[in-house]
Amino acid sequence: MSFEVILSILKENWPSYLNGAYITLLIAIFSTIIGALIGLFIGIMHTIPLRKRSIKSILLKVLNFILSVYVEIFRGTPMIVQAVVVFYGVAAYGFVMDRFIAAVLVVSLNTGAYMAEYVRGGIVSIEKGQYEAAEAIGMSHFQTMIHVILPQVIRNILPATGNQLIMNIKDSAVLSVISVTELFFATQSIISVNYKYAESYLIACVMYLIMTFAASQLLRLLEKKLDGPKDYQFNQNKEVA
Amino acid sequence: MMDNVIEIKHLNKSFGNHEVLRDVNFSVSKGEVVCLIGSSGSGKSTLLRCINLLETPSGGEIIYNGENILDKKHDVRQYRTHLGMVFQNFNLFNNHNVLKNCVVGQQKVLKRSKAESEQNALKYLEIVGMDKYVNAKPSQLSGGQKQRVAIARALAMNPEVMLFDEPTSALDPEMVGEVLKVMRKLAEEGNTMLIVTHEMEFAKEVSDRIVFMDKGVIVEEGPPSQVLVDPKHNRTREFLKRTLK
Repeated sequence: MSFEVILSILKENWPSYLNGAYITLLIAIFSTIIGALIGLFIGIMHTIPLRKRSIKSILLKVLNFILSVYVEIFRGTPMIVQAVVVFYGVAAYGFVMDRFIAAVLVVSLNTGAYMAEYVRGGIVSIEKGQYEAAEAIGMSHFQTMIHVILPQVIRNILPATGNQLIMNIKDSAVLSVISVTELFFATQSIISVNYKYAESYLIACVMYLIMTFAASQLLRLLEKKLDGPKDYQFNQNKEVA
Repeated sequence: MMDNVIEIKHLNKSFGNHEVLRDVNFSVSKGEVVCLIGSSGSGKSTLLRCINLLETPSGGEIIYNGENILDKKHDVRQYRTHLGMVFQNFNLFNNHNVLKNCVVGQQKVLKRSKAESEQNALKYLEIVGMDKYVNAKPSQLSGGQKQRVAIARALAMNPEVMLFDEPTSALDPEMVGEVLKVMRKLAEEGNTMLIVTHEMEFAKEVSDRIVFMDKGVIVEEGPPSQVLVDPKHNRTREFLKRTLK
């Protein structure tokens, strides 16, 4: 392995590498966002307080059962298998999905299954007093969730979401199995021409590392921004007694 | 006939087999300051929490403005806006700063405009001496400061009755004074207040009426000069002996 070889590979293939990294990032970012939304939805559904027997509560129970089945299936099977089953399964019925969309779909559903548990945990861990205070000023359950509970939950699950984003950047490599031209697939294509396994994969490796490192730094920035300034300013508009 | 804001008739509450309140009859009239006293587990906090339906009573009636709010058709949320609740553990909204804590309810529940809500919030934050801290988050405040903001948050809804559930019990001793001072001011201004407290001196000073509870029933009630100084019942006497020591 030599530095010159790496340089020449880069010189010849940089557009494919960059395009691969771009697709990887797109899949990871879209899937993390969609997955987080799925997780939020399931988490909220699972924590709606059930009033006695009514049609609404029965419907909710059925929905929650279906959502639990989804979570178990997607947490309990490898993503590479899910990708194949979804893509070729749908294709077997004569409908060929766009590969990129299939990829985003699989990673999103996978992310959603994990996020659902984080969100549920996040909602349950908010102290009872927050709900009571909101109820006591007359807020509905919906208003309480929107204005008091979920903002705190979202802040609390942000580190888990960041982890998920980083995992998605890496794990999207398995989508090469359905020939999505993400970074790993792009690298394989490059190798199929130049046969330089070690050097070509090393470049991909460094690119993955750059993307995950950048993602974790950006998320830390976002967390800081959400937390607001450490100090507060006194309100100077009024004089103080 | 007194002008009753809230009247409670034959109120019962049990948690499973455990009866916490038994046939409680009780009322608060406009402008009155009532302190509920009694040992832990006597049901005074549960009574307060039943009044704004944080606990659902097992039986009885709660009459507000002539209507029984335990009727199924009654709008509970609308009713709650008329009661300001102050909790032992403050329960400020952790995700909002001081000002927003006092604004969000006005805006979202009472549908007031942002400007009106903020102006109103500032007015009450000034009363409790926390107007300087509008930008602070709850986590940046001391217990006493949090509780004063919680009082302002409740007042900003312009409730008819203020409910205080052991407002100083979670505070360090040196912070109790600042909160009681605010409450004293509110009492003097003629607010209707129902206070669950262990602060006997404070209760004696501010209340028009003291209600002593024990084992889920109201044992006796009357002006502080009578209940605290010359109680009729043995149980009251024993309780006072223990607490005033």
